[in-house]
Amino acid sequence: MSLFSKENREALIGPLHLNNPVTVQVLGICSALAVTSQLEPAIVMGLSVTVITAFANVIISLLRKTVPNRIRIIVQLVVVATLVTLVSQVLKAYAYDVSVQLSVYVGLIITNCILMGRLEAFAMMNGPWESFLDGVGSGLGYAWVLVAVGFVRELLGSGTLLGLRVIPESIYAENGGFYVNNGMMTMPAMALILCGCLIWASRALTKEQK
Amino acid sequence: MNTNNNTYTVVYASVMVVIVAFLLAFVSSALKPTQEQNVALDKKKQILAALNIRNLDNADSIEARYNAVVQADQVVSADGTIVKDGASKENDGFRVANKDITADCLPVYVCEVDGETKYVVPMTGRGLWGGLWGYMAVNADLQTIYGAYISHESETAGLGALIAEESFQQKFCGKHLFADTDSTQVALTVVKNGKVELGKENWQVDGITGATLTSVGVANMVTQGLQQYMGYFQSVK
Repeated sequence: MSLFSKENREALIGPLHLNNPVTVQVLGICSALAVTSQLEPAIVMGLSVTVITAFANVIISLLRKTVPNRIRIIVQLVVVATLVTLVSQVLKAYAYDVSVQLSVYVGLIITNCILMGRLEAFAMMNGPWESFLDGVGSGLGYAWVLVAVGFVRELLGSGTLLGLRVIPESIYAENGGFYVNNGMMTMPAMALILCGCLIWASRALTKEQK
Repeated sequence: MNTNNNTYTVVYASVMVVIVAFLLAFVSSALKPTQEQNVALDKKKQILAALNIRNLDNADSIEARYNAVVQADQVVSADGTIVKDGASKENDGFRVANKDITADCLPVYVCEVDGETKYVVPMTGRGLWGGLWGYMAVNADLQTIYGAYISHESETAGLGALIAEESFQQKFCGKHLFADTDSTQVALTVVKNGKVELGKENWQVDGITGATLTSVGVANMVTQGLQQYMGYFQSVK
C-alpha cells in the first residue's frame, strides 16, 4: 500500500473540485458569509478549518475502534471542540488582529457541518493517513472557496487586497476620478451571491467533464 | 472487547473529559500572558490614536510612544478627586475595563504631546447593533477637542462602520466641548449629516449619511461620556 495510492489521491483531491464541500455539498456556508469581506480573515479561517479537520480526522480515526458506538457523536464533538479551542487560543496569542476580526466564527467552527460530516462519513471507517489526507482535502476545498470569495469582495468592496491598495487612489470619485467602491460587496448578502456564482460555474464545468 | 458495554462507555467518557480538561487548562494558562499583552497593546494603540498618533505597526514602537506620551493613568471620581495617581502609567486607570467604569472609578490618561498637556478619557455607548467605545483627547484648556478614536462591535459595514474610519474621527478635532466657555453642560454632539446649524458649528459634528442610529449612538456616547468627567475638568482648571 503506497502513501499516495489512487484512493488516497482521490481523498485528497476529490474535495477540491468534484466533491467540494461548499460548491457541491453546500456545507459550511454560514461561516463563508461572515468572514469573507476581506481576504486576510478568509485565509486564516480557511487554514484553521483545514488544520482542525485534518487533525480531528486523524484523532477520530485512531480512536475509531475504541469509541463506544452510542456516544460516538459526543466523542467527535469533544475532539472538535478541543481542537477549535486550541486554535482560537493560539490565534488570540499570536494573531490578535485577525482573531478580533474573526470574533465568534473561530468558535463556530465547532458547528461547521464539514467537520462532523468528514468525521462521521470518513474517519470512522478509514485509517489515520487516509483520514488525514481527506481532512486536508476537505479543508482546502473549503478554503479556496473562501479565499476566492474574499478576493472578489475585498477587491471590489474596498479596492484593496490583504489591506494593500490595489485600485489607485487617483481614480476614485472623491479625488476627481470616476471610480466608486461597491459598498454592496462588504455586505454578507454578496457572499451568498458570489458563492452561488461559484457553485454554478463549478457545476457547469463538472457536467462538461462527465 | 465489547465497546457497547455501559461500564466501558462511562469510563471512556470520563477519561476523555479528564484528558481534555487538563490539556485545555494547560494551554490556556501557557498562552494567557501573551494574550493579555496583545489586549494591552491594542488598548495603547487606541489611546494613541485618540491623540492623532496613528499607523504605528510594530509592538515596540507602540510601547515606546505610549511611554513617552502618557504621563499618568489616573483614576478619578465624578466630583474630581483623584483616587489613584497612576504614576506607573499602566497599573491604575489602564487596568479599568470599559465595563467597570462608574462614577467612582473614571480613568483619565494625562498625556503630553509636543510639550502640551492633553487629557484622554474613555467613552462607551451603544450603536445600532452593538457596543461602541472610544477615547476622546481634550486640550489643556479643557474647552476644545484634540482628537478622537471610536470603534464598534458590529455596525453595518459601509454605513455605520464608517465611524471607525479616521476621516470621521478627524471631524472632532478642534470642536468645542461647551456652547459657551462658562457652561458645565457638554454641548458637543453629532447631528445628521448636513444638519449642522448656523452658529453651532463649534460643537456640532456631521454624522454619517444612512447611519442615523449609529450617529445618534455616537452622539450619546460622546456627550454622556464627557459629562461624567465634568467634576474632574473643573478641579483641574
